[in-house]
Amino acid sequence: MTTATKSASRKLTTARAMAEATAQEMRIDPRVFVMGEDVGPLGGVFGNTRGLFDEFGAERVRDTPISETAFIGAAVGAASDGMRPIVELMFVDFFGVCMDAIYNLMAKNTYFSGGKVPVPMVLMTSTGGGYSDAGQHSQCLYGTFAHLPGMKVVVPSNAFDAKGLMTAAIRDDNPVVFMYHKALQGMGWLGTEKGATVAVPEEAYTVEIGKAAVTREGQDLTLVSLGAGVHHCLRAAQALEEEGFSAEVIDLRSLVPLDRDTVRESVAKTGRLIVVDEDYHSYGVSGEIIASVAEHPGCRLRAAPKRVAYPDIPIPFAPTMEQWALPNADKIVAAFHQMLTDN
Amino acid sequence: MQPTAEQRRWMYRHMVLSRYLEERIEALYMEGKTPVFNMAKGPIPGEMHLSNGQEPCAVGVCAHLTADDIVTATHRPHHIAVAKGVDLDAMVAEIFGKATGLAGGRGGHMHLFDGAVNFSCSGIIGEGLGPAVGAALSRQMQGKPGVAVAFIGEGAANQGAFHEALNLAAVWQLPVVFVIEDNAWGISVAKQASTAVPRNATRADAYGMPGHHVADNDVEGVYAAAGEAIARAREGLGPSLIEIETVRLAGHFMGDGEDYRPEGEKAGLTDPLPRYRAALLAAGVLDEAGDAALVAEAHERVEAAIRFAQQSDFLPPEAALETVFV
Ligand SMILES: Cc1ncc(C[n+]2csc(CCOP(=O)(O)OP(=O)(O)O)c2C)c(N)n1
Ligand SMILES: [Mg+2]
Repeated sequence: MTTATKSASRKLTTARAMAEATAQEMRIDPRVFVMGEDVGPLGGVFGNTRGLFDEFGAERVRDTPISETAFIGAAVGAASDGMRPIVELMFVDFFGVCMDAIYNLMAKNTYFSGGKVPVPMVLMTSTGGGYSDAGQHSQCLYGTFAHLPGMKVVVPSNAFDAKGLMTAAIRDDNPVVFMYHKALQGMGWLGTEKGATVAVPEEAYTVEIGKAAVTREGQDLTLVSLGAGVHHCLRAAQALEEEGFSAEVIDLRSLVPLDRDTVRESVAKTGRLIVVDEDYHSYGVSGEIIASVAEHPGCRLRAAPKRVAYPDIPIPFAPTMEQWALPNADKIVAAFHQMLTDN
Repeated sequence: MQPTAEQRRWMYRHMVLSRYLEERIEALYMEGKTPVFNMAKGPIPGEMHLSNGQEPCAVGVCAHLTADDIVTATHRPHHIAVAKGVDLDAMVAEIFGKATGLAGGRGGHMHLFDGAVNFSCSGIIGEGLGPAVGAALSRQMQGKPGVAVAFIGEGAANQGAFHEALNLAAVWQLPVVFVIEDNAWGISVAKQASTAVPRNATRADAYGMPGHHVADNDVEGVYAAAGEAIARAREGLGPSLIEIETVRLAGHFMGDGEDYRPEGEKAGLTDPLPRYRAALLAAGVLDEAGDAALVAEAHERVEAAIRFAQQSDFLPPEAALETVFV
């Protein structure tokens, strides 16, 4: 594993970082190709394949019919036959039409073959709401994917990690689900989280899959999140600092494998844990993180852990309702205050 | 099968209603989105798929339907909803996310449900096909009259659900009609780049049902094909497939730059609305004064729905938690 430093001064959006990583791998590895809806001349609805069609042509950057079961299943077949496909499921919400190809094929073939028939592929998919795209275009579904064994799952929160995780995903001999949050893509029309557009080295590098990042150090509280949620945590940590509390922020970056050690070490230090997740509250990432801490024999908590997650409801269209339901920095700060009064 | 003069005026009026609704939505959608286009902003946030140009598909089919018949539509649903008789006030209010909307603002423009006229739509490609088959099955099992019509885009004919639904409907000889609105594009992907056959109507052969092809976005061609297919379904003779060559005069969604469309392609498309108007005037079914009155009345109907939506309140945010279950 090579690790680049964040010293480079050139800033990229997450979308550009993903495209750059993909292009660099395609240049050195003829087995890598891209398939999906509108990934060709359009460059992806969310910009993450922009420029690839011009450089590599229609043979290696393939617009598909709206046939997810077929082309994701095809990626599995191609991956096991010596290629390294990158496929896109445009919105994660569309998983319903093709989940069999994902979790019964992509995720299990390695195991069914006793590790002898690997499935080196990347499934890119967009997540998240906040722009009133309603209940079939706004979900995160992190827990849904991370729950099913056999596929690695990464969720970058910024362009640097996106490039490094994409490169790592393409080079990985296992299937990797690359879940990118729309608000981090740097597409102006979606509104953009400014903190996601960061300096990105020009040369290829990897970010290790399965390693969380301590994005901000603190003593009083551990905030754990992923994707867009990390930025809410950073804003909350800033607000808490003004109140005299120091919050540590952990960016999981990868859900499978999950870096439980980094979370436990942090909570061992702070004694307080809030998990922030734009995915549904129940049966998801937030519950898993809290359980991972609580079940550990070394667990010593100063307060009952909390989660700021999406309520267990389909995502409403009306902006008033949607914004009310989404996690944000204020809710995180309020959860911390509640934690102090609960004690 | 020929429409009566009254049916012709009905189809034309609903085309006018639908188009004017789209024009007004387009203008209102852009409020708050200039100079920087950000989907989250303005009185109508989120994605917006306009149906300009596809009105013939909606009116030519729905002219044969009653409120009791079932329709499932797509992410581009407004023209079909208008022609099916969805409550316009409640529909527009839903598009604005208001309390008075069909779902109190929980659904939005891709999720319009009006049980009173058996209309629904969905943002997932091909998702309306199964429910249309199921509604037709329900009518058959209950011994009740009625047909179900599933509208889809030509891009959806490559989704597995299309093939499964057609086969199922044919095996059980259900009263269902599948309507493909072929606007030649699925977002940026041209039909010929995604579809193995030049005409989707030929796919009907694979499922042992009649396949109709309607050329040139022809209102009365749609009327004739739909009339035959729906009559067949009502008689218990099973499903049909209708493919309509139509046009997408707008972008895939609002904000789409459409750079992928070949130079001049869009300019070469014919707008079906003035064409049908001219045809009705030439046929003496409509005169200038009658047209002016019809248009004015349709515009006022749309304006009234927009006023209703604008003057309505949002539900309190906590209402987001309600209606997950009944
Ligand atoms: C299962 C699924 N895959 C992909 C999409 C994304 N998507 C939305 S509209 C669209 C194109 C649809 O084309 P078509 O069926 O021809 O309808 P049109 O937009 O032309 O009316 C795509 C790919 C989706 N909504 N659902
Ligand atoms: Mg189309």
